[in-house]
Order: sequence, then C-alpha cells, then structure tokens
Amino acid sequence: MFISYQFIVFLVSVLILYYLVPKKLQWIFLLIFNFVFYMYADIRYPIFLVITTAVIYTAARIIETYENVKINKSIKKKKKFIMMTALFIVLGILVCVKYTNFIIRNFNVCLIRTGHESIPFVDFIIPMGISFYTFQAIAYLLDVYWGRCKAQKNFLKFLLFMSFFPQLIQGPINRYNDMSESLYERHDFRWDRIRFGLERILWGYFKKLVIADRAGIAVSALAESRESYTGIYVIAGMIFYAVQLYADFTGGIDITIGIAESMGISMKENFIRPFFSKNIAEYWRRWHISMGTWFKDYVFYPCGISRPVKKITMFCKRHFGMVVARRVAVYISSIIVWLATGIWHGAEWRFVVWGLLNGIIILISEELAPLYHMFHKKFSGLSDTVFYRGFQIVRTCILMSCLRLFDVYGSVRNTFRQFFSIFTEFTDKKLSLQGLEGLGLLPADYIILLCGVIIMFLVSVINRNGNIREKLLNKPYVVRYIIFTGMLFAIVLFGTYGRGYDAAQFIYNRF
Amino acid sequence: MYTAGKIIKAGLSITVFILLIWAAQRLVQPKYADELIEGNFTAEYYNETTDHDVIIIGDCEVYENIDPIYLWEHYGITSYIRGNAQQLAWQSYYMLEDTLRYEIPKVVIYNVQALMYDEPQKEEYNRMTLDGMKWSKTKYEAIKASMCNNERMLEYIFPIFRYHSRIMNLSKEDLKYYFKRKKVANNGYYMRIDVLPVSESDVADMSWLIGDTDAEKDEIIDPWADIETEEEENEISLPEGNAEEKLGNLSMEYLDKIRNLCDENGIKLILIKAPSLAPIWYDSYDKQIMMYSRKYNLRYINFYELLEETGIDYETDTYDGGLHMNRNGADKISEYLGDVLSREYEAQDHRGDMTYDKVYEQKRQFYYEMIDAQKKEIEQYGRVKNY
Repeated sequence: MFISYQFIVFLVSVLILYYLVPKKLQWIFLLIFNFVFYMYADIRYPIFLVITTAVIYTAARIIETYENVKINKSIKKKKKFIMMTALFIVLGILVCVKYTNFIIRNFNVCLIRTGHESIPFVDFIIPMGISFYTFQAIAYLLDVYWGRCKAQKNFLKFLLFMSFFPQLIQGPINRYNDMSESLYERHDFRWDRIRFGLERILWGYFKKLVIADRAGIAVSALAESRESYTGIYVIAGMIFYAVQLYADFTGGIDITIGIAESMGISMKENFIRPFFSKNIAEYWRRWHISMGTWFKDYVFYPCGISRPVKKITMFCKRHFGMVVARRVAVYISSIIVWLATGIWHGAEWRFVVWGLLNGIIILISEELAPLYHMFHKKFSGLSDTVFYRGFQIVRTCILMSCLRLFDVYGSVRNTFRQFFSIFTEFTDKKLSLQGLEGLGLLPADYIILLCGVIIMFLVSVINRNGNIREKLLNKPYVVRYIIFTGMLFAIVLFGTYGRGYDAAQFIYNRF
Repeated sequence: MYTAGKIIKAGLSITVFILLIWAAQRLVQPKYADELIEGNFTAEYYNETTDHDVIIIGDCEVYENIDPIYLWEHYGITSYIRGNAQQLAWQSYYMLEDTLRYEIPKVVIYNVQALMYDEPQKEEYNRMTLDGMKWSKTKYEAIKASMCNNERMLEYIFPIFRYHSRIMNLSKEDLKYYFKRKKVANNGYYMRIDVLPVSESDVADMSWLIGDTDAEKDEIIDPWADIETEEEENEISLPEGNAEEKLGNLSMEYLDKIRNLCDENGIKLILIKAPSLAPIWYDSYDKQIMMYSRKYNLRYINFYELLEETGIDYETDTYDGGLHMNRNGADKISEYLGDVLSREYEAQDHRGDMTYDKVYEQKRQFYYEMIDAQKKEIEQYGRVKNY
C-alpha cells in the first residue's frame, strides 16, 4: 500500500488538508480520510473494522459504568462476562477470516486419511490490518477492564484510534493511552515537526524501495529455485532475507511513524536496533516491540496468574518444590505466548513451528543461565570485551536468521531440507558470480544493496547516541539539503518500484 | 515569520531540486539515437521552420514507405510524416491535432493499416509515439486514449518514474546525446538503402497476398496474379476463415474524427494502404475502407493493387523482406503519390521559393549524407548498423 503513486498523492493531500481545516475539525477530517483510505483498499474492509470497534467501544463503556459501583462478586462476574463476550466476538471475527481455511485444511488431512470427503475452503476476505486493530482493541478493552485507562466516550474518536490509516498497513500495535492524547488534540502547523516527519518517511522509503525490495528479488529467486540453491546459497538466503525483512519492516514503521509525526501524533518506537541484541530474548525486546509487549502484557502475565496455571503451579509446588513450580508457570505462559506469536504471524504450521522454536530457544537459554554465570565467573572480564559482545551479536543474528528460514522457504519440510543442506551440500555448490547473477540482480544491484546496508548500519550506530535527525539539525543547511535531496534521488533512481525497464521490451519488433 | 532570506533559500532549494530532477530524468530517458531510433520521430517535427502542404500520418507504413525529400525533389511538394511505430488510430488523430496547432496543411494522407487495432497494444510503442510530443491538452488526451492497463499518467508526466531503472543500464548513447538530440529522420522519413529480398527472408509470408503457399523462395512469383483490382472488387476471394475480420469500431470512430478534423480545417483527406506484406491486410478490411471512402467521397489508394503501376518489386525494394520499403521502394510510392498530389490535389510546386529552397537544400544535404553513411556501413559491416 505504501508503494503506490496513489498513496503518495493521498498522503500529500491529507497532510495539506489536515492543516488547512479548522483545528477543532482535524480529528474528524482524519477519521474521514482513514475511511477513504480503507475503502479504497476494499469497500468491504470498513464493515469489519466498525463491528470490532462498536463491540469493544460498547463493552468498554458498560464496564466503566461499574467503576463507581461497589465491587462485589456479582459485579466482577458481570464485568468479566462482558469483557469475555467482547473478546470472544472480536477474536472470533479474526479467527474466522484469518484462520478458517487453516483449520479446514487440517481437518481435511484427517478426513481424507479416514476416507471421508474433504470440506471445501471458504472464501473470506481478510481485511487489511485486522490483526493490528484487533490487538489494539483487545489491549484497550483489557486496560479499561483492569482500570488502567478511561473508556473513550465518543464513539467516533474511538473509531479514529482504531482506524488511523498508517497503522493499518504494517502496524505497530498502538496502545490507547500512548496515542489518544496526541491523536485528538488540535495541531498547529509546525514546519519543524512536519520536516521531521517527512525526513522519517523518506528514510522509510529508502529502506523499503532501495534495500528491502531489491534484496527481496534475490530471496524470491532463492526460494523459487530452492533445489538449485542449496548449501552455501541457503546462507546467502539468510543474509538477504535478514536485510529484506529488517529494511522492509523498519522502513514501513518509519513511514507510519513519520506520517503520524507530520500530523503531530506520537507513536512509540517499534524497533531499537534489534540486530545489536546479545541474545534472542533481548532481540524480541527490541524487534517489533509493540507486538512483544502486547503478548507480554495481555497473554504472558494473565496466563501466569490464570486459575488453571495457578492450579498446575500449586500441584508442582506440592510435588516438586517451589523452584520447579515457578518454572512451570513461566514455561506454560512462554509456550502459549510463542505459539500465539507464531499463529499471529500467519495461518500456517511453519509459523507455529517458528514461534515454538523461538520460545524453546529462549527457555533453554534461561535454563542454561547458571552455566553462563559459572563460565563468566571463571573467565571474568570476558563479557566486557568487544570481542565477546561481537560474538554474542553475531550468534543472535545467526540464530534468528536460521529461524527466519521458515519465512523464506514456505513450509516446515522445505525449511529443514534447505537448512540441513548447509551441512550436507556446503562444498557442492560454490558461491559464484554466475550464481549470484542468477538471482535476478545485476552487479550494480549488489553494490547498491551493499551501500544501502552500510548506510543503514551507520544510521543505526549514530542513533545509539541520540536521534540522528536532531544531530543533523545542527549541521549547516547545505549539508542537510544534500543529504535529503540525495536520499530522495536514491529512492527515485535506485528504488525498486514500477515496472522495470527492460531494454529488450523497447526494441521495435517490426510490426 | 518568513523573512526574505528564508523565502530565497526555499526558492533556491526548490529550483535546484527541480533542475536536478530534470537532469536525472534526461539522463535515464531513452535517447533513441543509434540502435533504436524510432522514438525520436515525434520530437523532430518541432524543429521544422517551414510549413508543409502535405502531412502524412500513420504507423511504420508511412514513415518507412514515403520519402518527402523525393516529393520535394521531383514535385516541389513540401510534406512531413508524423508517423511512429504502431501508431494507432487515436494516436494519429491526436498527432494530427497536435500538428494543427502549428500549421494547416492542404492535404492529409492517412495510412489505414492501424485501423485493425481497436485497443492499446504495447506500452513501448505508446512511449515511442508520445514521449516526444510537446505538452498540451492534446498530448494529455493522446496519453489517456493510448495507455495500456498497466500504464500510469504520472509516468508520462514524470518519465523518470518509468525509466528510473535504466540508471543501471546507461550506455554511451545516454551521455553522448544528453544535451542534443540526434537527427534521425528526413521530414519524418526513416530511410534505409539496404536490400533484403522477400525470397531471402522468413519475416513476411507472401502467400496471403500472392495466393501461392507452396512457392519456393527462389521461385519466380507473379505478385499480381491473385491481387484484387479496383474493378474486380466484387469478386474478392478472402483468405479462408477471415471473412468476418473487421476493422476496429473504436479505430473507425477515430477515422471519423480525423475526417471531421480535416473537414473543419478545409483539409483534403486521402486514405492509403502501403504495400507492406505484414500484418495481413484482409480483403474484408479493404472492402470496409472502400465503402467508407465512397461514403465520404475520399480518395483511397491501395498500393497492393498498384504494384504494377508503381513497379514495386519485393526482391529489390524492401530492406526487411517485405515489411517495409527501402529507399527504392519508398521513392516508387512517393512518385505515385507526388503525381496524384500534383495532378488531382494541385499541390503547389515550391521549388524556386527562396525560403523553401534554402531549408530543403539543408534537408537534401542531410539526406544524401545519410545515404553515403549507410553505403559506407554496408561496405564496412555488410549491413546498415547505426540507422
């Protein structure tokens, strides 16, 4: 969606008109344009969004009516019933549209094996951003239920929070408390803010068009011809996909946050240099932060204190002691979280396996913590060295790259087959120039890709000690002008968009 | 508050940015100078300094088969070809409309082959036809009428968005012709002097025209044996299965528009069909055009029927096995047209007029230099290489 001329025209129009309409009407204007955007994607999409919004809004409002009532068991039950009913409806919609065919597919496997006729697949539309706005809605409802935030009284304002157009494309999963104030307040035209936002949008497009989509060409080629590209090419695939995913996802979020910033709306960061993480747990605290914290706050913790888990914990405490009991609670909650994370990413077994593997690695890592501790005690000072920190970062990158292969190769079987070919066919296939050119990229593309990655890396490093845009603000105008004009030119000239120019197409075919 | 300094800074920044975008756009746009020159024809027209009595519009069947320099040398007729590769009917209409912004000719000649197409065909041809057109409402309408499904108006307004990926494949040509276009045509005529006889080529199948599908390539053929003449039009024998082939409805509407535009401007319209061997010109097409020309009292010249009168020989007069004429063939067609124009349309002989003489002397010089250059290439490489 971000990559279309229509979107650029839409965005420019929204930004201009947003500051032209009377300030008290800004939020209404934004709401209308959210729906224009969403209906342009598919006229049916808003139906699902409005239903989810209406259910959550109503439930939150009812729950809040009990705020000043003396809490007793019956009120608690009522509140819980309302909350559970609303969750059931909105999650039901999500599961229905996104996971019905996954369930049918798995049913069919059993049915066919037992000699029964298979169930036909259903043709549901999957509204854009349904996972994001459903999760936002759940977070809001639970926050109201737990008394962490006030329910929004104005339905249209709540609808604005749910439908804010940039977040419907790639997220993040925004929290009502973090966003609502700036979303509804009146914004003056402030060039510095708009410029900051535009700079971030530009940076997002650079990452997406110049880096991610270019790397994506190689990734697609490696996945489509996976039988030819085994051994060392699987490692090449890991690197290309790491670059593609990071540039694509962070680029998309940069565009989203940049758009919001241009309108004076604040959003929390979704990535904090995840490739500098020293272990997987840290990686997940720095990668897609809004999703990680959502699962932590609304699945992990509630799961840990839920009645069934408590019962199991008590059982373990009685039979195996406190240490084991505590771990069991964490294990159960972690496995559920990672299972859900996997399924959230897609209705396929590969995502389930991917999620579970993430969880298992994190748990193993935690189990081995005493060993690490002993090791570092013996080799004190090692953990402070640059070499060891580098080793940790590289190790995390390798582990995550291996896990991401599920995304590249499309199925669990293919992923394992390709992964093991690294060990069995490593020496069979040499990484050659010819082989790399076969991935659909020209030598110049590799140079651009490399330069793009270096720029991304440098920006990341600079960002560690403060926002690069603020640092640039202190530079002379000419320097800033060259940097941002250069970036724009890089996007326009080197961006992977539109139909590629094939000189052969333009050869006059004598007709 | 915005100070004057800030306004100047902003203005300067925007100007520099626009200049840079223009510079980058010019760099990545195809130059159509050496290997493939057909994309340069439309733009060359705007360099003309004198007007023309005859404007010829159509596809490759005009810009490769009619020689305006011959018309000048032998009849003193001033003419210009506004034709492009697969220039479709609507593009010809807008090309004429664009021409009328600069001059009102006395005669317009339209080649009817492209009427067989009723919808946009290929982006590449659209681009070669339209990129060079000066911006006006006419160009906008022409693009709108021509765009294929996957094309975007924005990419015509800012060609950099379409050609940006050429940055990876820039050639010497892109730098050589960055500032100055290479002149490639003679009043819109794409001249070739080399010969590729139809008998030595697999490009065109003559059987639909001569009716002898088993003919050996080196067999002497009688091209007139199976060609319908004007007198025999009621005895047309259509190739099997093609009786229903009709010219496109939309194309015919644009033919109406071309006719109306000519009427409104007092221009006489002549329809022609060049003797190219492909694509097939079905008898049913021909019938349709004949009926149309009769209905509106237009002159229709089908050169397939005039092979004897013109002396067209597909063994010597084509450079690509019958698809298009070489200079020999183009001059034969031009001779016929010149005669018709001067006798029936009283086309003025401008020879002796100082203004035209001066201009056409330069054109002739360019023309003969091109002939010499092509001859040299044939001697050196055995083929025409850079034209």
